[in-house]
Amino acid sequence: MEFIKAFIVGGLICVVGQVILDNTKLTPAHILVIFLTAGVVLGGLGIYEPLVKFGGAGATVPIVGFGYSLSQGAIEGAKSKGVIGAFTGGLTANAGGVAAAILFGYIMALVFKPKTKS
Amino acid sequence: MLDGVKKLGMQSVKFQNPPSILSTYSIVGPKEGEGPLKDYFDLILEDDMWGQESFEKAESKIQEETIKSALSNGNLTNKDIDYLLAGDLLNQIITSSYTARQLNIPFYGLYGACSTMTESLSLGAMLIDGGFAQKVICATSSHFSSAERQFRFPLEYGSQRNFSSQWTVTGAGATILSAEGNGPYITYATTGKIVDMGIRDATNMGAAMAPAAMDTLINHFNDTGFSPQDYDLIVSGDLGSIGKSIVIDLMQEKGYALSDNFTDCGYEIFDSKEQDTHAGGSGCACAATVFNGYIYKEIMKGSFNRVLLVATGALHSTTINQQGESIPSIAHAVTIDINKA
Repeated sequence: MEFIKAFIVGGLICVVGQVILDNTKLTPAHILVIFLTAGVVLGGLGIYEPLVKFGGAGATVPIVGFGYSLSQGAIEGAKSKGVIGAFTGGLTANAGGVAAAILFGYIMALVFKPKTKS
Repeated sequence: MLDGVKKLGMQSVKFQNPPSILSTYSIVGPKEGEGPLKDYFDLILEDDMWGQESFEKAESKIQEETIKSALSNGNLTNKDIDYLLAGDLLNQIITSSYTARQLNIPFYGLYGACSTMTESLSLGAMLIDGGFAQKVICATSSHFSSAERQFRFPLEYGSQRNFSSQWTVTGAGATILSAEGNGPYITYATTGKIVDMGIRDATNMGAAMAPAAMDTLINHFNDTGFSPQDYDLIVSGDLGSIGKSIVIDLMQEKGYALSDNFTDCGYEIFDSKEQDTHAGGSGCACAATVFNGYIYKEIMKGSFNRVLLVATGALHSTTINQQGESIPSIAHAVTIDINKA
């Protein structure tokens, strides 16, 4: 059941992206930024939280989930450390993901070479 | 017309001693080598890196080998050539400059984006007819991967391609023009003006370039007195399926019926359904390989007597495009005729 819920939530988020991509002039990079910012706003307003509770990884793995996590970290930081915490909290909450992205990106760049798409 | 003045009408020239095409050569990458025109290219690469360590170096090798092979096809050496006119898509036209570094031929670098083939043929023909040269090489190249990462996305980035987007042709084409020869000849050239209809979408080049193609076609017909029916083939450079149908519609509105004798190199070079290239081929090598491969060989076989090649170029850069500017486009046309007049 958890898998199905994650599939539905994650899938619907991607459908929104696909519909925007197919029907507007926006590029994938635009959509990436819009989704991330939307995650911050929805997270800050508390709207995204129910989606995370329902869909789990389906809501946290897409880039919107990264935005959500930034907002939650900033709120937590502000609560415990004040204004400074609002600045540090977002990155602290995402430190694991960011470090993993850098490490794996670096290893992949060492191991593989880009090839022509076909 | 004054004696010695070769300008014809607003934008065209008629060559008094039309330069002859002495030899051509074309090299394409593996994907183009699987396309509908595969039998016409002189060399199909199995590996688009061609043993080089980067896509840019590979593109330069492709252009260099194309020029060298065109020379040997015509039983010529670099000493026989007065000028090399070449261009490509990469910043500072590095492909052509690094190719010219190897060739020891006086070199003019051109930037006309994907219109470079007809830009170089026009200027090469003018140099010869003007008496400034006996033999000239006109060449251009593009490479999918070097263009992709300069103009679009890093190759590592797995984004979806827009349905209006086109596929940059990997390859190069070279034409050697000579003051003497048995044809086919370059008899007319029409120089394009920049036409910009305000299109900003860099994934829809065909639509951006179509009005430029129309403008050059109409000026060509007005200046020369030809009608579309005087040509066995009218072929644009890289408008793709979208741009091609826009040009047909625009010309129809202006009272010119482009019918079965009109097509587009980008439309012909790939099988868009089988090869997933969406709107078709693009890049300098698109018009260059189709002209030096397919069109030249069909002219020599006798299938076409008179061809109008209209290569189209989108003269933007990613920087100015990101600042919201639209895409200035251009099209240059040359007439290739088996007869001198």
